[in-house]
Order: sequence, then structure tokens, then C-alpha cells
Amino acid sequence: MLRKEPLCLRRKDLFCVAIIGFHRAVPMTELSAHLPQFQHGQLTENFPDNHLCNTNDNSERRRHDNSERRRNDNPESETNGQPQNRTQQVVEQDEEDEELTLKYGAKHVIMLFAPVTLCMVVVVATIKSVSFYTRKDGQLIYTPFTEDTDTVGQRALNSILNAAIMISVIIVMTILLVVLYKYRCYKVIHGWLIISSLLLLFFFSFIYLGEVFKTYNVAMDYITLALMIWNFGVVGMICIHWKGPLRLQQAYLIMISALMALVFIKYLPEWTAWLILAVISVYDLVAVLCPKGPLRMLVETAQERNETLFPALIYSSTMMWLVNMAEEDPEAQRKASKSSTYDKQAAANQIQNEDADLDDGGFNPEWEQQRDSRIGPLESTPESRAAVQALPSNSQASEDPEERGVKLGLGDFIFYSVLVGKASATASGDWNTTLACFVAILIGLCLTLLLLAIFKKALPALPISITFGLVFYFATDNLVQPFMDQLAFHQFYI
Amino acid sequence: MTLAVFFGCSFIAFGPALGLCLFSVVREPLRVIILVAGAFFWLVSLLLSSLVWFIAVKASDPGDEPLQKGLLIFGVLFSVLLQEAFRFLYYKLLRKAIEGLVALSEDGCSPISIQQMAYVAGLGFGLMSGAFSMINLLADALGPGTVGIHGDSQLYFLTSAFMTMVMIFLHTFWGILFFHGCETQRWWEMVAVIFTHLIVSGLTFWNPLYLGSLIPSYLLMFATAAWAYVLSGGCTQNLLRSLQGEYLVQPHVQRRSPARDPASEG
Repeated sequence: MLRKEPLCLRRKDLFCVAIIGFHRAVPMTELSAHLPQFQHGQLTENFPDNHLCNTNDNSERRRHDNSERRRNDNPESETNGQPQNRTQQVVEQDEEDEELTLKYGAKHVIMLFAPVTLCMVVVVATIKSVSFYTRKDGQLIYTPFTEDTDTVGQRALNSILNAAIMISVIIVMTILLVVLYKYRCYKVIHGWLIISSLLLLFFFSFIYLGEVFKTYNVAMDYITLALMIWNFGVVGMICIHWKGPLRLQQAYLIMISALMALVFIKYLPEWTAWLILAVISVYDLVAVLCPKGPLRMLVETAQERNETLFPALIYSSTMMWLVNMAEEDPEAQRKASKSSTYDKQAAANQIQNEDADLDDGGFNPEWEQQRDSRIGPLESTPESRAAVQALPSNSQASEDPEERGVKLGLGDFIFYSVLVGKASATASGDWNTTLACFVAILIGLCLTLLLLAIFKKALPALPISITFGLVFYFATDNLVQPFMDQLAFHQFYI
Repeated sequence: MTLAVFFGCSFIAFGPALGLCLFSVVREPLRVIILVAGAFFWLVSLLLSSLVWFIAVKASDPGDEPLQKGLLIFGVLFSVLLQEAFRFLYYKLLRKAIEGLVALSEDGCSPISIQQMAYVAGLGFGLMSGAFSMINLLADALGPGTVGIHGDSQLYFLTSAFMTMVMIFLHTFWGILFFHGCETQRWWEMVAVIFTHLIVSGLTFWNPLYLGSLIPSYLLMFATAAWAYVLSGGCTQNLLRSLQGEYLVQPHVQRRSPARDPASEG
């Protein structure tokens, strides 16, 4: 979701990470689904429309409150989860936000375009150069049926079963998270988050680095490698779960998303991958919009407890307020977050108010997943934002004491990158297909933001982009590629 | 094929467009969105025209070479018409967007004018068109191979790069012309755009007779550029002044020429 509030890392984010690490592929999807939620996490109490953003949990609760406000607010600040002190501040800011949202529309879209593009570029570059990620080395246990069958019908059946199993695992884990959150097992959730992010930052990046070295035939000793991985991982843990420079944090989140997307691309067989993408979009749609959806329940529970759902892994374009996980005292957390902010104070205040630090705020993976799939609710339409953006430079956000950023769940990053990565790995049209999917996803992102501004309710961000991406993948690969091939052969230009 | 070929062709094809983007589009979020949306519209038009061509090919005899070539030519012409139709649709969308922007702005005027939108939209169309024509070629240029080993032209990559560059420019200028024609209800401008597009695509049917396709295309490009420049409010005085660097050196000169339209370049 796009929130106006400053981004604030919450335990939810960590939770999401932990979940991912725990279950490899499966948690990742959940995570990613939840990640979006995180973004919403920042939703202020009144954002009921978190779903849009990705955060299911937040969205539910906050949606209603925030949606109106937030949407009109700057999309910039996707609060990571500061909803707490919002009430009063929110009320006052609502009016401001309404105006500000319009102003920050186009800028926020671009703030999302850049990291999404970067993540996709990293994934596509890796796929094209490192053959490890396109080599078939078995499948995950969540997709036990092989696709090397004799008949097409058997293959289709196997892939449907694989997708069904994967989605069921995701749903089960989401429900488990909701249950954990409901029964206040925050420590479990926290531990899970930490383990997940440890796994991602150390183990997966170690594998990635090893494969890159193999590809380029670089000789490396274990001592240097250990030093590099250690530094990378520790700085990553600090940046993501505690405090760090904004750009570094953003870079780590992008790298993590790319790593997870690469794992998905490697271990999911073709048809299964496309089916899973399609089903995840539908699931996201259902989970966000249905009253009995797990993400919605998560958000409502969080709202009842007046806790903030912090985004476990949410990409924020503004300074992120990191929640100190060890901090149990909201006051202390506020102070901590204040000190960690090096951006707008206003945002800090908002974040501070949240006392969700105590528990991870029920950032269950579902929530995150939802968030993930959804971009924060954009209050403004691209046009309105563009309008504001286009105003003379003296209306730049930098002069705004409450500069807000945009937040997007990492799950969205992951699934977008999986789509584009798979397109570049397996398409016969190769670069044309990759480019087409890339443009389709960006336009889906734009449209989602636009719809958010129009409908002013939580909408899932994953479905539109993934649908466009899938349609363009299959259309470009099967229809456009033969046409362009023939044109290039004769050197005709259209 | 070497890295030199790769970099040379990519910069020939995309260098000017990249410069245009960097200096006029990247800084403004709204323009970036319009650029990407323009690329998307071009993509959709290509998709639909490929669908039509694909159906035609599947319904015909694959062994009949002249028929296949004829179907391809038909596909090209149909695609050109569809691209222009989508340009018109995009114009309609941008018109609505401007109304929305005006309504949402504080001072009642849109942050971006229709001329700027026309320029960016044309650039979006051109970039996507160029990318689709050139990217696979560039990827192949990085790999092993010999150009024209079977007797085809050895200038394939170079001429493709030049053709791509001219197409990108042409799309940009066509965008400006087309939108201007729609705005001022001058239908002949729109017809001229469609006609020129058909001519340029038709000229490529003469490839590998590159003299017949590249040179007229470039001439057409310069003519369209001049027309678009004039329509955007430019005049020869301004052009001479900018060439002499007067705008930078003697700002007071500008004040004496109030008729100059700074929005020429969008």
C-alpha cells in the first residue's frame, strides 16, 4: 500500500522473513503475501483499505480508517506500521493528506517503479548469466509432482496438483499465523521472522555468490568468502530489523526479494509456476476482498487489540522507522524510533505512537502476504498526483515537513520478479517477451494505484499486474514472436 | 560479431532516444508514466495485429512462399493502421487525464500540456517499437556468428540500427503531429501521419536495398521533424539562436522576443 506515513519496520516484517526462511518456497509466498500487508501496516488506524497495499491485516482494520485518509494522503508514506498514534494526528492530517495525496501521486508511482524495475533487472541479469537458476535440480517438497511426463494431459494434471498443494500450504500457514496472532504467541512469530531473515541473508546469498563465482570462473578462498558473507548478512540484519541508512535498507530489501524470486524460478517447474502465479493472484483478490478472508481477520484482530501490524518486509521509499524488536516498552520504542529516524519528524511521531512493538502486531504471513500482494492504498490517482507533482518545484516533497514515502510489500516484488524471470528464462521470444512482461507489470502497478484512488477501498495489488503479465507473456511468446521473427528475417519495419 | 558491433548498434539505435529521455522525461514522474503507458499502448496494438496475422497464417498454406510474404505485408500494413488507431485512443485517454489533472490541481491548470504529452507519448511508442525491433538483434550480436554468410547483406546490423533510430524519431514526431491534428481538428495532419507511416513501412519492403529504404526514411524524418517543430511553436529564429547559443549567453535577447515558445521541446 502506499501510505503516507513514514515507513517503519515492524516485527511483522521480520515475521515474514522468518516464515520464509522456515519453509523455503512456501513461506515465501506467504511472506510475500504478507509483506504487502506490512506496507499497510503502516496504515493508520483508519486505513481499512490495506488490502490494496498488500497488507491484509492492516488493511482490514485500518482500511476503513485509513483508506479514506490515506488514500487522500500522500501515497508516499506507506507507513510501515505506525498506526498507533494515529488517531489524532490522523484526523488532522486527513484533510492535509487529502490534498497531499493528490500532490504526490505520480511521484509515488515512480518511487515504486524504480525499485520494482531494479529487482527485475537483477533477477533477469542473473537468470541470463548464471545458469544455475535455470538448471533443473529437482523440485521443492511442496510441488512433489514432476512435469516430465509422457503426455500433455498428465503434465497438466501434475501441475494443477502442484499448484493446489502449494496454495493449500500457503493458506494453512496463513491460518496458522492468524491463530498464532490471535493467541498472542508473539515470541514464536518473532523467532520465526529472525530465522527466516537469517536464512535469506546468509544461506541464500552464499549460494548465489557461489554460483556467480562459478559462472565467471573467479577463484575464491573460503576465508574471504566467509568474511564477505558475514559482513553482508550482519549488515543486512541490522538494516532490516533495526536501523540503517535508507538506501542501504532499500538495497537489502531488493536483494532479498531478488534472491527469493530466484529460488522460486529455479525450483518451480514451468507450468506449475504459471499456475501458482495465477492462483496467488486470485487468492490475493479473495483474501483481501472477502469478509472471511484470513488476512482480513488478521487485520481486524489487530485493530481490536489496537495493535499495529508492522510490516515485516516492506520496501519503503522514505526513511524507515525500524522497530526495535527487543524493545517491549512502547515509550522506549518511540524513543528508539525517533532516534533512528533521520527524516521527517512528523513521520517519526506517527510511527512512534505505535506500540505494536510489543508484539509483532499479528503480522502474520497472511497479512504480510496480503500486503505484499497489494500495494498500499493509493489515495491519489496518478493524475492527481501527477498534477501535484507537476506543480512548481517549491512544492516539492522535500519541503514538506511530512515527507512521505511509498511502501510496497516485498511479496509483490518477489512475484513480479518471478514472472519476469520466468519469462526471460523460458520464453522463445526471449527479450521481447521479457520486455513485454515488464511493461505489463508496470502498467498493472499504475492501474492498481489508479483504482485505489478511484474506489477508495482496499484492493489487491497483485492480481492486475500478474494478470497483465501472464496475458502478455503468453500472447507475446506465441503470437508476437513469430510475427517479429518474420519481420526481422525480411527486415520489414512496422 | 563483437562487442563493438553490439555497443555501436545499440548506441546508434537508442542513443538519441536515450538522450531525449534522460534530458526531458526521467526527471518528471508524470512524463515517465505517460512514456510507459505509451509503450504499453503500442504493445497492445502489436499484440492485436500479430493475432490477426497469426490467424491469417494458420488459415493459409504454409508452403506457399509468395502467399506467406503477401500475408506478412498485409500484416505490416494492418499493424501500422492499428498502431495509429491506438495512438488515437491514447490521445483520447490523455485528454481525459488532462481534464482530471486540471480538476485536481490547485491553480486550475494542468501540470503538463497536451503538447508535452504528445511528445512523450510519441517517444514511448517509438522506444517500444525500437526495442521490439532491435533487442533480439542486439542479443544475437553478442553471440558468435557471421553476418551475411549465406549471401545476405553484411550490413544487416548496421542498417537495422539506423532504421530503428529513424523509426524512434519518426514515432516521436508523429505523436506531436497526430495530437496536434486531433487537438485542432485538422484531419489532414492525422491522415498525413498515417500516410507517412505506411510509406516508411512500405519502404522497408525494399530491404536489403538499403538505399531505397533508409535514405527516403531519413528525408521523411527530417521533413516530419521540421513540421513538428513548427507546429510546436518553434521558428527558424529560435533555431538559429539556439544554435548560436544565444539563449545561454544573452538572456536579455530572449526578453525581446516574447513570441518565442519555450515549450517547443516539450
